[in-house]
Amino acid sequence: MQLNVLFFAQARERAGVANATLSLPEGSCVRDALDAIAREHPALASLRSHLAVAQDGVLVRAADPLREGAELALLPPVSGG
Amino acid sequence: MPSLTHGPLDVAAMTDALRREDCGAVLTFLGTTRDHHEGRRVARLAYEAYEPMALRELQALEREAAGRFEIAACVIAHRLGEVPPAEASVVVVVASAHRGPAFDACRWVMDELKRRVPIWKKEHFEGGDAEWVRGTPLPGAPEGE
Repeated sequence: MQLNVLFFAQARERAGVANATLSLPEGSCVRDALDAIAREHPALASLRSHLAVAQDGVLVRAADPLREGAELALLPPVSGG
Repeated sequence: MPSLTHGPLDVAAMTDALRREDCGAVLTFLGTTRDHHEGRRVARLAYEAYEPMALRELQALEREAAGRFEIAACVIAHRLGEVPPAEASVVVVVASAHRGPAFDACRWVMDELKRRVPIWKKEHFEGGDAEWVRGTPLPGAPEGE
């Protein structure tokens, strides 16, 4: 399955990219995506425990399944206002 | 309807838009950028957002505020990109028949906005270095559970 990954704020700066395409085996979950992203971008390691993940704009948990073609956003702690 | 904008926020227009004959209070809150943080001089701030999700969350806040408090209307606007010190980065306008619920709703909206909406703030210090503001983990982040 293919996913479009979006990186924001610190995650974007550490990854060095704003988005990337990710290929994973069918049946993968959010945790699998994070593992694959961490292998590709080791600089994200120290941020990982602070990252929330949204699939197509909705927050998801580590064990949630991924959808083919989904947009997966990595969201560091927020600081609007 | 909430908005995300890359230029200055028109506070007067936002405030005027919520004047109503059935409301005795129109309350406008400005979140303005500060020129210092933990003893250091901040030259400018920059904001970024996951825009589609941020807009949906802001819309949910407007709706939830109207359900929780005795108010007639609530509108939120957030500025993105660089914001010089003393300019508004966020504006919340609430209209209500009486002033109490407007104050309560406005505080609630700002507290929730800082917790829930995917917007990030970076401080650029005098001297050239910059830092992302520490922030609040969103629900679902291992740290936030």
